[in-house]
Amino acid sequence: MGHIPQPRGPISEGIISALTSGDTRATLPSAGTPDPFGDDLHLSLYVCYELHYQGFDAVDPEWEWDPALLGLRRDLERVYLAALRDGVAGGADVDPVVEELMIDAPGGVSHFLEDKGELWHLREYVVHRSIYHHKEADPHAWVIPRLTGQAKASMVAVEYDEYGGGRADHMHSTLFRGLMRALDLDDSYLAYLDEAPAPMLGVVNMMSMFGLHRSLRGALVGHFAAAEITTSPGAARMTRALKRLGVAETVFFTEHVEADAVHEQVLRRDVIGDLLRREPELTGDVVFGLQATDLVEGRFGAHLLGAWDAGRTSLLEAPHAG
Amino acid sequence: MPDERRVTMVTGGPILVEGPVEITLDDGRVVRSDRFVVALCACRRSKTFPFCDTSHRPKHRRGES
Repeated sequence: MGHIPQPRGPISEGIISALTSGDTRATLPSAGTPDPFGDDLHLSLYVCYELHYQGFDAVDPEWEWDPALLGLRRDLERVYLAALRDGVAGGADVDPVVEELMIDAPGGVSHFLEDKGELWHLREYVVHRSIYHHKEADPHAWVIPRLTGQAKASMVAVEYDEYGGGRADHMHSTLFRGLMRALDLDDSYLAYLDEAPAPMLGVVNMMSMFGLHRSLRGALVGHFAAAEITTSPGAARMTRALKRLGVAETVFFTEHVEADAVHEQVLRRDVIGDLLRREPELTGDVVFGLQATDLVEGRFGAHLLGAWDAGRTSLLEAPHAG
Repeated sequence: MPDERRVTMVTGGPILVEGPVEITLDDGRVVRSDRFVVALCACRRSKTFPFCDTSHRPKHRRGES
């Protein structure tokens, strides 16, 4: 369970003050027309979604299904979803989009870290990604009841692997915590939420939105495939970056090189393949999920590299910055 | 579980074998994987041979040099 974060604008301020008021009838703000990629919208969505994961200290768990809060969340989701749909090319065929994602274009964050990253860059990157890896595979578990047949069976098999094959010490989220400790970072759940800017929160909010909406099951599967396709070469570079910087705790990344090479194949052949044989009308949504992942990860990478090229931190300044 | 272990040959990619597996290499090493599916490198380019690390992928878009 995490600590409730500091607000970043009028919407998140209104939500956080209602959630911490001790009164589940507290008045909520209206969504208005927020920046679809801004900090206020993304912290607001992250807080709303977190009620479905581990929740927050001192927040009544009944807020999870509060109709007024769900209504506000829906308004915010519509703003973000529309921006994601506007930001991608779309398409009626999965294969060319997958082939495009398999081209390992240079100039990404893992290239930077492998070639010239310093320890502080690596620590910042790990702080950002902790916002996801503390709940690694959780958003994707929500799609399981929405699938049938081979797509379901294969999705469960991949998730079983993500959760360490039944062994808590092999769970990918556990491996990530080991990496955080090796870098002298706080490995407690969402310890760095206040430091994570909108581009990182947006990556996880996209997953939560796709996972929580059955209508977006095609997008969730497309997103998961995109993530598994792109992480294997990146994880190999991260392994080399860690070794160059003298960090011995490489298992999180070496595991992902091998695991994601398998998951990519299973996602493409058995999950997407079987889902689209059953529900070919979801093809456009799968393409959307693939492309939206590329869009949000691209925004995240550009944010980090832009800050680092200017010699400044890519994190937000927080009251307990560590 | 089916009686036969399923092996899938991916064109231009790895050989997928249902795990757990034990693999013996030419140099006498034995490596194991208990993953539900194991992707074995078929192109010999993997830096984590005998496991696939996606090194078989094209480096450029078609038509680019």
